[in-house]
Amino acid sequence: MSEWPSDPKFLGKDTRRLEGPAKVTGAAKYSSDMQPEGWLYGMIFRSKWPAALIKSINLEKARAVPGIKGAVTVRDGERPVYFYGEELAAVAGTSKQACLDALRLIEVEATPQPFVVDPVEAMKPGAPSVFTDSPNLSEAKIKEEGKVDEAFAQCAVVVDGEFSTQVQLHHSLETHGNTIHVRAEDCTAWASTQGIFSVRDGLADQLKLPQSKVRAITEYMGGGFGSKFGPGVEGSLAARLSRETGLPVKIMLTRFDESLAVGNRPSSYQKIRLGSDKEGNLLAFDLDGFGSAGFSSGGRTAGGGGGAGFPAPYIYKVPNVRTKQAGVATNAGSSRAFRAPGHPQGSFGMESIMDELAVRLGMDPVDLRIKNDPFEIRRKEYAIGREKFGWAQKYKKPGSTPGPIKTGVGVAGATWGGGGKGTKAQVTINPDGAVEVRCGTQDLGTGIRTVIAVVAAEIFGLTPDKILVRIGDTDFPPSGGSGGSTTTPSVSPAIFDACTKGLQQLQTVSGVADARGVNFLPACRKLGVEPIVMQGEWREGLSSSGAGGVQFAEVAVDTETGFVKVTKILVVQDCGLVVNKLTAESQVNGGVIIGLGYALYEQRVMDPQTGVVLNPNFETYKLPGISDIPDIEVILLDMPERGVIGIGEPVVIPTASAVANAVANAIGVRIHSLPITPDKILEALDRVPKGATAGNEELDPAFARVERADGVAGDFVDFLPA
Amino acid sequence: MAQELNKHNAEKIQGPDAIPVQLTINGKAQAFQLEPRVTLLDALRNHSTQTGAKEVCDRATCGACTVLLDGVPVYACMLLAIEAQGREITTVEGLAPDGKLTKVQEEFIACDGLQCGYCTPGFVLTVSALLAKNPKPSETDVRKACSGNLCRCGSYPRVVEAALKAAGVATASKCEVLTNV
Repeated sequence: MSEWPSDPKFLGKDTRRLEGPAKVTGAAKYSSDMQPEGWLYGMIFRSKWPAALIKSINLEKARAVPGIKGAVTVRDGERPVYFYGEELAAVAGTSKQACLDALRLIEVEATPQPFVVDPVEAMKPGAPSVFTDSPNLSEAKIKEEGKVDEAFAQCAVVVDGEFSTQVQLHHSLETHGNTIHVRAEDCTAWASTQGIFSVRDGLADQLKLPQSKVRAITEYMGGGFGSKFGPGVEGSLAARLSRETGLPVKIMLTRFDESLAVGNRPSSYQKIRLGSDKEGNLLAFDLDGFGSAGFSSGGRTAGGGGGAGFPAPYIYKVPNVRTKQAGVATNAGSSRAFRAPGHPQGSFGMESIMDELAVRLGMDPVDLRIKNDPFEIRRKEYAIGREKFGWAQKYKKPGSTPGPIKTGVGVAGATWGGGGKGTKAQVTINPDGAVEVRCGTQDLGTGIRTVIAVVAAEIFGLTPDKILVRIGDTDFPPSGGSGGSTTTPSVSPAIFDACTKGLQQLQTVSGVADARGVNFLPACRKLGVEPIVMQGEWREGLSSSGAGGVQFAEVAVDTETGFVKVTKILVVQDCGLVVNKLTAESQVNGGVIIGLGYALYEQRVMDPQTGVVLNPNFETYKLPGISDIPDIEVILLDMPERGVIGIGEPVVIPTASAVANAVANAIGVRIHSLPITPDKILEALDRVPKGATAGNEELDPAFARVERADGVAGDFVDFLPA
Repeated sequence: MAQELNKHNAEKIQGPDAIPVQLTINGKAQAFQLEPRVTLLDALRNHSTQTGAKEVCDRATCGACTVLLDGVPVYACMLLAIEAQGREITTVEGLAPDGKLTKVQEEFIACDGLQCGYCTPGFVLTVSALLAKNPKPSETDVRKACSGNLCRCGSYPRVVEAALKAAGVATASKCEVLTNV
């Protein structure tokens, strides 16, 4: 790891985003802003049935609408529909109004089918089958280590509980979509994507064009959070409409569309038993779990990152562990990877039961965690955090605040693998001293463009603003998709490699022994007419994986209204070598804020009677707003010797768990399901009748049904790259 | 009476076909041919090249389409283009016409009050309008003014910081980097 400079000028310091001026002036052109000559507006026609057999789709009247230039069906002939909002057809025309008119005139002949959208209902015998050829409930994946039943018998304390988490939607502000121009021989796609090469390869395959003839471009991108890989159905439709019309076609989803068909964090239901000796050493853990990833879950399609599995017993070392997890298919849109897939669910169940255990043992929850956490860095973080947070003064007996406004504190930890490799990059050093770095990665808003400039500047002894960084184009050297906190650890070493080789070459050709800093320009001038062009690639030793983090939360709960106000979040996070402190901290803020939404506000609500999503907009699906944000304090542990590690995922994981623990500490009663809404608090405090609120299903019979195990299936694939 | 009313109303009916529309965008008069049902946001994004205002919810809940109408922030998705005739429309592209960034824009960059940047034009305009009205806002004033703007990346703490710094109000950084732990 010592290859990184030991006394850096820019690494770990605050560097402003290179694209800042473009973003604050509107000059930044996103894929949704592209207006190639002759472009058409496109819109998607969706199923109004949650389950149906489509017999035919007639586009003739839609085609006849003035301004409409093209119309296609997703599939010809008979086809099933598995969820409300599934894509059936698309139109393209000269205006949004023409498209809106045309969508109304599309005629569909269909036979509606029985459907089920609630996972607990979907597990019951006789429930409507999502698929004709397989059960809704998958075979459970069983994992057993040690002798669980014997160990429980020897525990001094055993706690148990049932926990559930909601379906959370990604809701990146730029919706999914592309502007695509298919010509006779080639294709250009401006894509809102986390992986330009995945878009290129997907379109090349569908259009039967060579990959070298398809170019995907993502100069600026309005967020993805795991949901934007590959061209998607919307990309395929735009490409086909472009081929049909010979014109560029832009299809950007509406916010309504975004709530139905382009991913979510799956639900989870967890029945947990945890036991320890009287000193708090964990001895035994037992989990029955299931969840739904929508129609991509269940018996037919178990497996893959879109599954409903989650890690358990999460970050803790327990010698005797049994877990049983299954997925349930429902007539709902499929899950996709969502910032730290699986982890927030696993964290909520485990960290909640850990606090229950701490209370039963009469032990400080921080001490209980330090005692059972095998990861040394996280143990240090707890120690740093409790000091900084004033934990000893703030942690008190649950529910002991006098008066109606009760305060409480909570804590939780997280892990993330990350890592990442495989990126290639190219640096050009021109005779006039101009430096250009090219890399086929993409900036989702995480700041990778600026990270590239920081690394290059560090090596050449220049300032980051002197580096021209060109990214987001499949004509550049390849890089992987931006997901799983792998971008910075994958890209930084490739830039380091290319620039280091470029510098050596510059020194060789110019004869200047040290061409850095003030010597850089004089050395370049000696190049004559030939610039130096050097390739670099990711290699071992400059980045690593495995980040740990902890978060402390403080809340105030109004026991008369059930309103929770989070007043403080303290984050202590490890991310190896900090590349850009300014943007790293922004990522931490962002993770915490999505975590707050998960804790308190966000939930996709579906109607069991009609099978539709009831809150496909921001009035009713509540994102955290600026007034909901507590004081967020961030402590980053800089460990240059570990190399670069991504920070995007680990910071989103523990927030909801810490908030839930703080709420339980405040009111003296635990809320077992997310989001923690006022109605649940009032019910827990006996202020409203039991059963009057949502999210309190009788889950025992459901857990009992997760029994079909033969150890074959199992749908939790950890998103951690190897 | 009813007849007269009908006649009066009939004279005001425009469309449904496209009609000439004159908009003054960032100080320049622009001529459009638009159906009356076209929103100001649609006119800007799809019938002109001013794509700074973003379409995110298209129903007045997120503020990404914020523009200034005679200096007052409005949601461009909730206004028909024909209603904006005769008014001064300022989009984010019009804040720094000579290329020199405003103090608000500079502080958004310096404080990193943005990530993906899709909500940024809306926030920049909202904060600019706030400071024009209230040059020394409190943190609460900023939060209140920005309550109609959503950010999914979670840049809120730094939006507040940028707004206060642009107004010359001191704020403290909340980030610490510990080494040798």
